[in-house]
Amino acid sequence: MTVRVYIPRDSGARSLGADTVARAIELEAKKRGEQVSLVRTGSRGLYWLEPMVEVELSDRRVAYGPVNVTDIPALFDADFLNGGNHRLALGRADEIPYLKSQERLTFSRVGIVDPYSLPDYISHGGYRGLERALALSPEQIVEEVVVSGLRGRGGAGFPAGIKWRTTLQTSASQKYIVANADEGDSGTFADRMIMEGDPFLLIEGMTIAAIATGATEGFIYLRSEYPDALHTLQAAINAAVSAGYLGDNILGTGRRFLLEVRMGAGAYICGEETAMLESLEGKRGMVRFKPPVPAIAGLFGRPTVINNVVTLASVPLIVERGGAFYKEYGVGRSRGTIPIQLAGNVKRPGLIEKPFGITLREIIYDYGGGTASGRPLRAVQVGGPLGAYFPESLLDQPIDYEALAAQGGLVGHGGIVVFDESVNLARQARYAMEFCALESCGKCTPCRIGSTRGMEIIDEIVVARDGEKASRLELLRDLCDTMSAGSLCALGGLTPLPVMSALRHFPQDFGLPPSSGG
Amino acid sequence: MTAKFVWMTLVLGREQDIQFGLLLAASQKWTHRVPWMSTTRWDKAKVAAIAQELKDKPGALMPVLRRVQDELGWVPAECVPIVAEVLNLSRAEVHGVLSFYHDFRRDPPGRNIIKVCRAESCQAMGGVSLAEHIKRRLGCDFGHTRGDGSFTLEPVYCLGNCACSPAVVINGQLLGRVTPERFDAAISELDENLL
Ligand SMILES: Cc1cc2nc3c(=O)[nH]c(=O)nc-3n(C[C@H](O)[C@H](O)[C@H](O)COP(=O)(O)O)c2cc1C
Ligand code: SF4
Ligand code: FES
Repeated sequence: MTVRVYIPRDSGARSLGADTVARAIELEAKKRGEQVSLVRTGSRGLYWLEPMVEVELSDRRVAYGPVNVTDIPALFDADFLNGGNHRLALGRADEIPYLKSQERLTFSRVGIVDPYSLPDYISHGGYRGLERALALSPEQIVEEVVVSGLRGRGGAGFPAGIKWRTTLQTSASQKYIVANADEGDSGTFADRMIMEGDPFLLIEGMTIAAIATGATEGFIYLRSEYPDALHTLQAAINAAVSAGYLGDNILGTGRRFLLEVRMGAGAYICGEETAMLESLEGKRGMVRFKPPVPAIAGLFGRPTVINNVVTLASVPLIVERGGAFYKEYGVGRSRGTIPIQLAGNVKRPGLIEKPFGITLREIIYDYGGGTASGRPLRAVQVGGPLGAYFPESLLDQPIDYEALAAQGGLVGHGGIVVFDESVNLARQARYAMEFCALESCGKCTPCRIGSTRGMEIIDEIVVARDGEKASRLELLRDLCDTMSAGSLCALGGLTPLPVMSALRHFPQDFGLPPSSGG
Repeated sequence: MTAKFVWMTLVLGREQDIQFGLLLAASQKWTHRVPWMSTTRWDKAKVAAIAQELKDKPGALMPVLRRVQDELGWVPAECVPIVAEVLNLSRAEVHGVLSFYHDFRRDPPGRNIIKVCRAESCQAMGGVSLAEHIKRRLGCDFGHTRGDGSFTLEPVYCLGNCACSPAVVINGQLLGRVTPERFDAAISELDENLL
């Protein structure tokens, strides 16, 4: 009997040797005369267990990990192909507590299906959202998304349905859908996991967006750091075209939607939506003044819905089950689930999809298990390079757009980076300025010049003698005020957030007395 | 290759290093086209052909420059007028785009390209000292190519592999949880004689 064995082809798992493990299993099976058929999936997102190998038994999949090539003979000896016990055995994959306690709505298939297989996607509930969308009017689809309360997962948190409605109500001969797959924030990888692990989900979400707004062409703007995702997306697009899910006549309904992947070229600012449109038009990624908003005048001046990958990937289920279903999850004005990406110095890094409202502490300790180094946790950065640094004492905050904003922070794309006590926050603050200087599009002086000046001032604060510190600090505060007020986009506008939060919560690192951060 | 692994197994005898060595070898089949050969000679006709092929795409300049870099490993300044003419753009426009994006190399790279993540999650996992080690090991700073043309070292800001920090890319192959020892084991697989 042939045993089915699942091994991720996710680039994170591959970076830890998943390909080697896959081949070693094949070779060992051949040697022992065992019949195995390998299926390469996305990752379940339990990265400390990668490469994680799953074996299909009659009624369940059992997991082993992290598997090293050198473990493979022993795994065969332990009869892992029949679920045998071994040091690396993890039991039923879907019963692993980290996974079992999640509420995976958007990530329900990632790590389970073969991302290259359209039949697999369909047999696991794929394309039901599109089916329902084709039976609704554009207004009704938009209404479902509005009712769901879905807000953009790319960073700004703007209600997706409202954006779609604007594009629907703007008449034009040509409209576009753009998926923002630039995922530039450090500490984030949810978009990548979807594109590598369940690419049809993004395609389905974009197709629904197109039908809802009257768009006929779409682009996925993919960062060049994700070559594996490019490969998966292109294969998925080809498969969808061949099966009639994309093209001139979607499922025989006469609707048209064409999709193309475009690669970025290593500019963080091209994650900002208007810079992305410039880049898609073949220009420098310079941020545009708004208005007009892209929903009215976007790509090549035409109405354009631009949404993050996770936002679009959340749509199929919303349309299938109805907006009210999705709205049941979450708290306050943060509805639904958020795929939280836990990274940095943490014992169990990975992807955790939970309804909004879960606290940072639950994520970092209950899921993450504390620091990887075992040393005390000192700081966490929430929401990417433009997000605030929080001390341990503020970890009881819920993940919720409004609650984090009230603490001077942001949800961003849902990334959390943990630092142990070896971190120096003056250095992190300086890095924030350095990153801003490096990635500034150059349009606004406070961002372009101020960021370099900010690096210098932070250096000066650290070495200044006591009497001189006050004036330098004053200068840094002024500079941050100028950047916040005088920047066109959030790169210059929010870089003060990590800088000032570092200063507020960790003044000692700047050579200041503990209570002087202010 | 196989003989080399056995050799590595014997000499290093360390599980993880072996896995990394194997991983790099496994990558030979997988890698996306990496410009292994650094050469200052390149074919103008090829650049013109790429531009011709892609010129009707909306916003064609980015795809054209990307393809040129994929084919040549870099984008020589002399490409600018060729591309400008085919796409009916000014040279200034083409140059402006070329110089805006970090990815586009305006000098030929070395035979091996090492990218090291310098962003926050990797910083939190020892990325800064790993970067120092790599610079020392390669005898080469970020943004530079060794004088002997063997290595180019480039900074990147997040590879989306933050759950396996710190992360490095060697000739297109992503590696996670990299330590100085694993890095050294990985580059020892490359046919370069480093001091
Ligand atoms: C500097 C900067 C970088 C950004 N990077 C990204 C990114 O990498 N991915 C993303 O989805 N949104 C990013 N955004 C947010 C986008 O501008 C925009 O809000 C988003 O694409 C809208 O989609 P959403 O509503 O689905 O989030 C960035 C914004 C700024 C100011
Ligand atoms: S704030 Fe910076 S990145 Fe944003 S538009 Fe201004 S200069 Fe460009
Ligand atoms: S921060 Fe290094 S891979 Fe994301």
